[in-house]
Amino acid sequence: MTVHNLYIFDRNGNCLYYNEWNRKKQAGISKEEEFKLMYGMLFSIRSFVSKMSPLDMKEGFLSFQTSKYRLHYYETPSGLKFVMNTDLSVTNARDTLQHIYSNLYVEFIVKNPVCASTQTLESELFSSRLDAFIRALPYYSPRAA
Amino acid sequence: MSRQSNRATDSKKMNSELFTLTYGALVTQLCKDYENDEEVNKQLDKMGYNIGVRLIEDFLARSSIGRCQDFRETADVIAKVAFKMYLGITPSVTNWSPAGDEFSLILENNPLVDFVELPDNHSALIYSNLLCGVLRGALEMVQMAVDVKFAQDTLRGDSVTEIRMKFIKRIEENLPAGDDQHIYIASVGLNAS
Repeated sequence: MTVHNLYIFDRNGNCLYYNEWNRKKQAGISKEEEFKLMYGMLFSIRSFVSKMSPLDMKEGFLSFQTSKYRLHYYETPSGLKFVMNTDLSVTNARDTLQHIYSNLYVEFIVKNPVCASTQTLESELFSSRLDAFIRALPYYSPRAA
Repeated sequence: MSRQSNRATDSKKMNSELFTLTYGALVTQLCKDYENDEEVNKQLDKMGYNIGVRLIEDFLARSSIGRCQDFRETADVIAKVAFKMYLGITPSVTNWSPAGDEFSLILENNPLVDFVELPDNHSALIYSNLLCGVLRGALEMVQMAVDVKFAQDTLRGDSVTEIRMKFIKRIEENLPAGDDQHIYIASVGLNAS
C-alpha cells in the first residue's frame, strides 16, 4: 500500500504541482517532458474514452492500472486535473483527490489572493499541508511496495 | 459573497448589512477615482470577472455539482444554488429566447442595493455591474463564454432587477500548441501501439 506521486494540471496543460513519495524508478526523461507526456496521454485517453462510450456519460475516465501501479484521475468541471499514482492495493482514490481539490487547493491556492493559479504553485502552506495529508492517508506506507 | 472558511459547520455567515455597505463603499470610491460612469461600470465588471474566476472553484468544491448538460441546467444551478449560496436569494429564471440560448434572471430583491439611491449625476451607473463580471468569469472557467448585462434595474426606476444572460459559445479545450507538439503526439502514438 503506497502512494507514488501526484500531478496537478491546469486546464491548459501546465503542471501546477508535482510531488513524489515512494517512487523508486524515474521515467528517464526530464520532468518537463514527463509532464507533457502525462498530459498528452490524459488528453488522448479522455477523448478516446468519451468517443468509444456506448452511452452518454458524465464522468468518463477514472483510473487505469498496469501490473505495477494504478493511476487515479479526477477532473473538476473547471478543467483542473488531479492525477495520483498508487500501487495496486488502492482501488479507489476519488475521495482523496476530491479532498485535495476542495479542502487544500481551493482553501490555500484559490482563496489566497497572492497565489496566481496559472503557473507553478509556490505556496509553502499548500505543499506542506498536502504532504501531511498524503502521509496521513490510511494507504500511505513508505515501507511497503 | 459571504465567505465561509469553515466548511464543516457552514455556520459562519457574514452580516449582510456590512456586506452591502462594503460594496457601497467600493462603488463610491470607484466613482471618485474615475471620471465617468461608463468607466466605473467597466471597472466593476473587471473586478467581478476576477472574483468569478476564483469563486467558481469555491462553488464547485462546496456544491460538488458536476458539469451541466445544457444551458437550462446551468441557468437553474446559477439561480437556485449559486445565488442562494453567495447572496442568499433565489432569482427566477424566465424570458427564454426561442433558441434556448438566452434567459433572464429576475431578482426580486437585490441585497447589494438595500440602502442605495442613485444621485441624478450618476444616471449611467450600473451599480451592481460586479455581478455581471462574476457570472461571466465563473462561467468562462467551466468552458462557457456568455454575455451578461443588466436589462432592468430597480435603482433606475424599473419594477424589478433583471440580468440578461446570453450564451455565446463553448470554449473548446485544445492541446497546447507549439514546438512541443510532438511530445504530446508521441503519447498518442504510445497509446495506440
